[in-house]
Amino acid sequence: MTTSSDTQVAPKPVSAPAPPDASDIRTGGAHLGDRVFKIGTGAFGALVLALPFVMIVMLYSASRPSIAKFGPAFLTGTTWDPVREEFGALPFIWGTVVSSIIALVIAVPVSLGVAIFLSELCPQKLRRPLGFLVELLAAIPSVVYGFWGVFVLVPWLRDSVEPALIRWFGFLPLFRGQPLGFGMLAAGLVLAIMIVPTIASISREVLRAVPDTQREAAIGLGATPWDTIRRAVLPSARSGIVGAVILGLNRALGETMAVTMVIGNRPKISTSLLDPSYTMASVIANEFTEADKDIYISALSQIGLLLFGVALIMNLVARWLVANVRKRSAGKAS
Amino acid sequence: MSNRTHLLVPAEGERRRKIRSTLWLGLCGLSAVVVILPLLSIFLYVVQKGAAGLSLSFFTELPKPVGEPGGGMGNAVVGTLTLIGIASAIGLPIGILSGVYIAEVGRGKFADWIRFFAEVLSGVPSITIGVFVYALVVVPMKHFSAFAGGVSLAIIMIPTVTRTTEELLRMVPPHLREASLALGVPEWKTSLFVVLRTAAPGIATGIMLAVARIAGETAPLLFTAFNNRFLSTRVDQPIASLPVQILTYATSPYQDWQQQAWTGALVLVVVILVLNLLARLGTRTRIGAKS
Repeated sequence: MTTSSDTQVAPKPVSAPAPPDASDIRTGGAHLGDRVFKIGTGAFGALVLALPFVMIVMLYSASRPSIAKFGPAFLTGTTWDPVREEFGALPFIWGTVVSSIIALVIAVPVSLGVAIFLSELCPQKLRRPLGFLVELLAAIPSVVYGFWGVFVLVPWLRDSVEPALIRWFGFLPLFRGQPLGFGMLAAGLVLAIMIVPTIASISREVLRAVPDTQREAAIGLGATPWDTIRRAVLPSARSGIVGAVILGLNRALGETMAVTMVIGNRPKISTSLLDPSYTMASVIANEFTEADKDIYISALSQIGLLLFGVALIMNLVARWLVANVRKRSAGKAS
Repeated sequence: MSNRTHLLVPAEGERRRKIRSTLWLGLCGLSAVVVILPLLSIFLYVVQKGAAGLSLSFFTELPKPVGEPGGGMGNAVVGTLTLIGIASAIGLPIGILSGVYIAEVGRGKFADWIRFFAEVLSGVPSITIGVFVYALVVVPMKHFSAFAGGVSLAIIMIPTVTRTTEELLRMVPPHLREASLALGVPEWKTSLFVVLRTAAPGIATGIMLAVARIAGETAPLLFTAFNNRFLSTRVDQPIASLPVQILTYATSPYQDWQQQAWTGALVLVVVILVLNLLARLGTRTRIGAKS
């Protein structure tokens, strides 16, 4: 077909000089079946390609009434009152952003530690089972996380962690209030657990992609194992790790069930991490089926559209960063 | 000579460097332990709490009203299976054939774009997919339905299946295809019956993982498949599912409902665990056979 298909399929020119039209073997024009096959599979491919666009269009048209009515004030309004039909999404944006930041603050160092351990230090025998366990963490359904959060994490926070935080750090606005258990902190913690596998497994891949010559060079210069990692491995992997973190953040922003179950669901902006909060995904999950008015559904759809937009942008940036590392290290290796 | 003595005498700060190295590496090891803790805690709790309610009637009986003992999640088990069936019926052909297209048929810009948007799709939050399917399917049908639930799960499944299919097709050694083409077999037959067939076990593994993923999805079902207290396999009616049922029961104030929810969680976790383990073992034997 094209030159690129030549290089994929035709035998390497080592064996024999390929006839100039060797690619004609697979032009597919000869058989009717080939044409049908090409068009058929292409149609399914086109469907996949079209889905995100259809999604944007549908979400946009569903949220049009809300966009028309509230305009940009939707993003800055702090009142969410379905009865009076007043919809401002700021408390949810706040809840989503803050809970995700907590999750990142906890999860990033831990995930990097795990990734480094798995790619650089772990004995070969442990590597597979441990990697599998970390991946299992990603396989547990979100509703089970939430359930566990409600019955294990929340009581633990309420009875031991939060009273201690209030006693020692109560002077900070971050830790004022009552030890309720349910709240921003619980949500952030659950999210942190949930995004560790994402960040860890991608970072591990990125670290593995750093050519061994770099490690050998550092060791040869007398660097300690940590200095090798710190100065010879991590810098090359940096942008890929940033990409992994963004993908983790992406997961945290969109995560619904577990957060909904432990965050307390109160649409108020508070500086305290101990207070209940509400996220964009949670409000959709909780109120969509109860939404009785069109404008209410439209406002919720607009939150869905916002989530989609944010996820899209972060996804693109993250994949670009990760792909960059792979490409660069592949270039170096060869 | 002077160089050698220089090496033999530890440089200044050498000890500090070593200690620092050990410390940081220790922290890395520690974080690996820290990560496993919640996993253990979740498994322990789910097993400990859930095992008590495990019985045959859990799978066969319908939920009883609050206060009445007994009952099960038969409706949710059947519902989840039905939803997975619908999602697979929609998602697998789309996922596999688009993967075949990317890897086998089209290798130009168009294929790159498909791959790219499949990745975009995989990053969309599942709750947003629920909202989308609500607008796409539920609103025109005017009511919740198993079909709508299946569509949203299919959308979650497609990018995974597409990517796995593509990756595994690319792993098939090119000489197989060349041999087939040299025998005069048309391209489409080569793609389907030689290349795809060789890659089939691997793709099956990928599909298992995709099924494991959607089996536990709750958010996109809330306002598509909704819930159903009765046993139903009808495509055009609301349908129960294990995750949604777990959610409802877990957040209820009733003790016996919470018990049921733990048991449901146990069943779900075990199924997902087994699917993951099978997939893992499958991958290992395949790789082992190759090398």
